[in-house]
Formats: sequence, C-alpha cells, structure tokens
Amino acid sequence: MAQPAQNTAPNDAIVQVPPSEHGGGFPPFESHTFLAQLIWLALAFGLLYYLMDKVALPRIQGILNDRANRLSKDLDEAHRMKAEAEAAGAAYEKSLNDAQGKARAIAQETRNSLSQETDAKRKALEGELNARIADSEATIRSRSAEAMGNVRGIASETAAAIVERLTGQTPDQASLDRALDKAATAH
Amino acid sequence: MAVKMDPIHQFELKPLVSFGHIGGQEIAFTQSALYMFAAVGIIALLTIVATANRSVVPGRMQSVAEMFYEFIGSTLRQSAGHGSERFMPLIFSLFMFVLVLNMLGMVPYAFAVTSHIIVTFALALLVITTVIVYGFMAHGTGFLKVFVPSGVPGWLMPMIVAIEIVSFISRPISLAVRLFANVLAGHIALKIFAGFVPALLAAGAWGVISPLPLALSVAVTALEFLVAGLQAYVFATLASIYLSDALHPGH
Repeated sequence: MAQPAQNTAPNDAIVQVPPSEHGGGFPPFESHTFLAQLIWLALAFGLLYYLMDKVALPRIQGILNDRANRLSKDLDEAHRMKAEAEAAGAAYEKSLNDAQGKARAIAQETRNSLSQETDAKRKALEGELNARIADSEATIRSRSAEAMGNVRGIASETAAAIVERLTGQTPDQASLDRALDKAATAH
Repeated sequence: MAVKMDPIHQFELKPLVSFGHIGGQEIAFTQSALYMFAAVGIIALLTIVATANRSVVPGRMQSVAEMFYEFIGSTLRQSAGHGSERFMPLIFSLFMFVLVLNMLGMVPYAFAVTSHIIVTFALALLVITTVIVYGFMAHGTGFLKVFVPSGVPGWLMPMIVAIEIVSFISRPISLAVRLFANVLAGHIALKIFAGFVPALLAAGAWGVISPLPLALSVAVTALEFLVAGLQAYVFATLASIYLSDALHPGH
C-alpha cells in the first residue's frame, strides 16, 4: 500500500500533487485516525438517529396517515354521492316512463274517441247515401215503366199508320190491340 | 514520461480543528467529520424542514422525503417481515446517511467519507450489535436457534452450525468491506482515468487519443453515481435481512 515519494519527477507540472503529510501511508488504513473518526461518526450518526426517530419519521408517518384517512374519507363521500346520483337517475327514469305511459294512454283514448266519432259520421253518411240510392232507383223504375207504357201507344199509332198506307183503310182499335198483344207475347 | 498521479491523496484526512490527543491519537475535527455533519444537515433539511408544512398535497421536496420513507419502509417490511417497524429509524438513518455521504463524495474535489473502512465497519458493527442485542433481549437463548437451521439431519448438524457461525461472523466484515471497497475503487478508477487526459495531452502526439480516457471517465462517473445509490440500498437491504434474524430466529 505504500506510495512512492511524490513530486520527485522533474517534469511533474501536469498533475499538481501538493506535498502530502500522510507520509506515503494509505489513508483508510492509518489506524491513528480511527478513534477520531469513530467519535465524529458516533456524534453525527447519533444526532441523525435522534432526529429521524423523534422528529422526521413520526412526522412523515403522520402525513402519510393523514393522507390515507383523507383519501378514504373522500372516497366514501364519492361513493355516497354516486349512490345518490344513481338514485336520482332511477327516479328520473321512472318519472319519464310514467309520463310516457300517460302520454300513450291519452293518445290512445283520443284515437279511440276520434275513430268512434268518424265511425258514426260514416254510418250516418252511408245511410243517407243508401236512402238516396233507393230513391233514385225508384224514380228510375217508375220512369222506365212510364216509358214502356208510352212505347205501346207509339207502336199502335205507328201500326195504324202503316196499315192505313198499305190498305187505304183505317184499322179499328180492337183488332190493333189484339195484334199488339200477340206481338208482345211473341217476344 | 513520468507523470505522477496520486489517486490515493483524495482519501487523506485533513484536520480542521484539533482537540488534543487521546492515547497518542489526535482528536481533530477533520473534513471527514465536516462531511458527516453536512450529511446530517442535508438529511434533516429534506426530512424535517421540507415536511414542516405537513401538507396533504406534498410539494416537491416533501414528496421526495415521502418517497424515501415509503421506499425504505417497503424494503424493510419485505426483508424483515412483521415487527420490523421498530427498526425503521435505524435502517432509514443508515440508508440516508450512506446515500448522502456517497453522493457528496461524487462532487468534484469533495471527500468520500464512506471510503474509510473504519466508518463503514462501525456502521456494520452497529447493525450486527443491534441484531445480537435485540435477538437476545427478545428471544433469550432462543436467539441461538439462528445458528441451528430446522430440518437438518443430526449428523450434519455440527458442520452446519459451524458454517452458520462463520457466516454470521463474516456478515459485518462483508457489509463493511463491500461499501468501503466500492467507493474506494470507484474513486481511484475515476482519478486514474481522468489523470490520463492531461498526461496524454502533455505527451505531444499522444494528445490525439486523449478524448478516449475523457469519455471513459464520463462513463465511469455515471457508473459511480449508480454505485453510490446502489451500495446505500444494498447496505440497507442487507441490514434489514440481518435484522430479520433477530426478529424471527427460527428460520
């Protein structure tokens, strides 16, 4: 471990090693410094241990405990608030459903009453229309019967005129009627 | 080309105030002691001043303090199981002390307190003493079960117990040497690689390759920051594992 004597080389200007007082020994193994180092170490480490044990560590532990308590309290609070919010949400949902149900019922009722009304109106209208149709049919029937009656008159007049032109004499009404009846039955 | 670099010089203790001698040993307030108290001050600033507001929504520094607290708390719980809360002040102090001292040591021109084996050995011894004292206080002679693993056939027992005792004794040594050697070796390597840069620059044409050790020392610096954090974590984790023996001796 012994170091050679220092500052002996002539060109020693590069790394300046100041004259050393350790006289070539290896400082960590120089036992004459041990007692002093131990004393200062004991004082310094004793002071450090005292400060850590009595002041620093209890304080840091306290801070950490406070924070943990605070956090768990805040978490509980948050859980409570979440539950409240969920309950409020459920109530809102329920009232929304109720309102929707009610609205649906009102709509259904309105629809029913409206359709009843329109049904009644339609029936009334249909009755009126049917009555009118029957009326019209009766008129048509009477008109056509009347028309058919007129046909016989026209036919007998036409027949009399034809016979008069062909024979030069006017046929009597009785034989005309007979001939018309015969023609009518032949049909 | 005799460029002298002394990578050991940085570990030298420089007395600032002397308090006389005890048994031939000078009791001086050295820069090492100054760094120790500076570390205590920084840790107190982070964990006490920054948490003074006790705000529920933490500021930047307070959340760093809380992060360290929860990190060490979970490490301790995982390693030492239930009942380990009583050792939280010890493990937290150890971790923060070693971490801040390692990180302070990474500042250029600063001194790495943990590069002195007496410091790391004292801390390791503190852990083992706590294990032994608490183990006997809590379990009496039942603590000796820690040397007698269950489910071992009788004829193997003497050998196993001997191995367990050796491994128990080597714990403070490995704990101390691991931290000390990592910090020491890292700082020496850093110094040597950085020293190559001016040495090459002074060597005429060789100066062309001087960016090489420069890049290397940048990389080693990054690695040393990793080691500084990792070794603090390893120290705290191993201390927690050893303390779990004191809590639950019959493993």
